[in-house]
Amino acid sequence: MTETSSPTQSLPLDAWHRARGARMVPFAGYDMPVQYDGIMAEHLWTRSHAGLFDVSHMGQLLFHGLGLDRALETLLPGDLQSLKDGRLRYSMLLGEDGGIIDDLMATRRGEHFYLVVNGATKAGDIDQFERRLPREIAFDHMKEQALLALQGPEAAAVLDTLVPGVEELSFMQADLFRWNGLPLWISRSGYTGEDGYEISVASRDVAALADALVADERVKPIGLGARDSLRLEAGLPLYGHDLDHRTTPVMADLLFAIGKRRRADGGFAGAARIIGEIDNGPVQKRVGLLVDGKQPVREGALILDREGNEIGRITSGGHSPSLGRPIAMGYVATALADPGTFLKLEQRGKLFQAQVTPMPFVPHQYQRKKAGA
Amino acid sequence: MSLYFTGEHEWIRVEGDTATIGISDHAQQALGDIVFAEVPEQGRSLNKGDEAAVVESVKAASDVYAPIAGEVIMGNEALADDPSLINRDPEGEGWFFKMTLADAAELDGLMDEAAYREWVKTL
Repeated sequence: MTETSSPTQSLPLDAWHRARGARMVPFAGYDMPVQYDGIMAEHLWTRSHAGLFDVSHMGQLLFHGLGLDRALETLLPGDLQSLKDGRLRYSMLLGEDGGIIDDLMATRRGEHFYLVVNGATKAGDIDQFERRLPREIAFDHMKEQALLALQGPEAAAVLDTLVPGVEELSFMQADLFRWNGLPLWISRSGYTGEDGYEISVASRDVAALADALVADERVKPIGLGARDSLRLEAGLPLYGHDLDHRTTPVMADLLFAIGKRRRADGGFAGAARIIGEIDNGPVQKRVGLLVDGKQPVREGALILDREGNEIGRITSGGHSPSLGRPIAMGYVATALADPGTFLKLEQRGKLFQAQVTPMPFVPHQYQRKKAGA
Repeated sequence: MSLYFTGEHEWIRVEGDTATIGISDHAQQALGDIVFAEVPEQGRSLNKGDEAAVVESVKAASDVYAPIAGEVIMGNEALADDPSLINRDPEGEGWFFKMTLADAAELDGLMDEAAYREWVKTL
C-alpha cells in the first residue's frame, strides 16, 4: 500500500461511507469509497437492482448572463440554443486546438445553464471559463451541493416512492423536486448505461437522503470500482484515460454531441480542425475491443496490427462482470477501426488476440419518453 | 507438515520435500474479486524471488514470487476455469502450485502461522 503524497479533502458523506464499511482511496483530490462488499457484487447489483453512488467530488457550475447559450457555444460544440428548458445534453469543453479539456453534462435550467464537470478537472475548467467567457457571463461553483446517482432497473421505482413524479422524467430531462420540503435538482441520467437519476442536494441534507435511499432494500451503496467497470461496459469514456487534451470529439467517436447546425456553422473552439476531421476522417479513433481469453488487458497496453506494428494504445480495460470476459477500449488507426477487425494487444511482453466491436458492450437501458418533448 | 508465510503474503505448506504455494486470506481480501490466475508450468526451475505466477483481480494485476528455490511439480489447473477459488478458499483449494524444496534452510527466514497472523493485524 502506498502513501498519498498530497492531502485529500473529505466528501460530505465521508463518515457515512466509513460507517458502511467502505474502503476509502484518494481520487480526484478526495477520499472516496472504492468498494463496500466487493466490486463484482456491487456491479451486478447495480445491473439488477439499484446502486447508490456518491459523486459529490464532481463540479456543479451554474451559469447566467446575457447571451448565455451563444457564449457557451463558443467553448462547447453542442447545440445549446435548441436545448429546451429542463433538458440536458452531453458535451465537451474544448481547447482552441479542438482538444478535449473536459467532458460534461449541460442542462438548461430557466435562465441558467447548469454544468456538471469531472472532479479531477473542475479547477482547470473553472479557470478556462473565467478566462474565455465574455464579461456578461457569470457562474457560481455550487460548493455547498452534493451529488448522488441512483442507477439500475429499480432506480425509478425506488426514487418515485420518495419523490413522487420523478418517474415521469424522460432520459436526459431534469426538474426541481422536493423531498421533506428540501429542494432536489433531479435529472434522469447517469454513467452506468442503466436507467437512473442524478440528484443534486445540499451537502447538509445529503446524509439524510442517502439514509432514506438505502433504507429501501433494493438499494445498496456502490463504490468507484464498480462505477468504472459499469461505465466501461456501457462504452462511456472516462476523462483522463479515454479522453484528454490531445483527443478531439471526432477521434473519441463522440460526434453525436456535435449537432447538425454546429457542424455546418462551426463557431466553436477548434471548429476548423474538427470539421476537417468530420469530412476527412480522424487519424485515430476510439473503439471497443473484445479480448480473447480471461486475462484482463488494461490501460497502457499496446495495440498492434496483424504484422505487429503499433497502431494505438488501450485507454481503459478490464474484466466485464456482466459478460464474464475481458473488454477494453482504446485508440487505433482509423483504417483498422471497423467492427470485426482482428488486432493484437501487447501487455507485459505477452500477446493477446482482440476484435474491434461496436459499443456499448452491454446495451443501454435508458428510458426515453415521447410525451413532454 | 509445516506451514510458513512470507512478507509478500504467500503461504508455503511443506510435506517431506514438496512445498505447496498459495496466497494468504489477507492477500485475497486486499486484491478483491479475482478474475484470472496463471500458474507456472511443470518442470520450470525457479530461483527464490522469481516471478512464478500472476493473479489479477477486477482492480489490478499482481505477481506471485517463488518464496524458495526448486522445480515446479504441478500448477493448480482448477484456477484457469475458476479463479474465484482463490477468494473462496485461498489457503486450501485455491493453491497455486507445488514445487520441490531444493534447500530446506531457505525456510528459516519465513514466518510461522502465528507470527504471520499477528503481523497482518498490524498492517
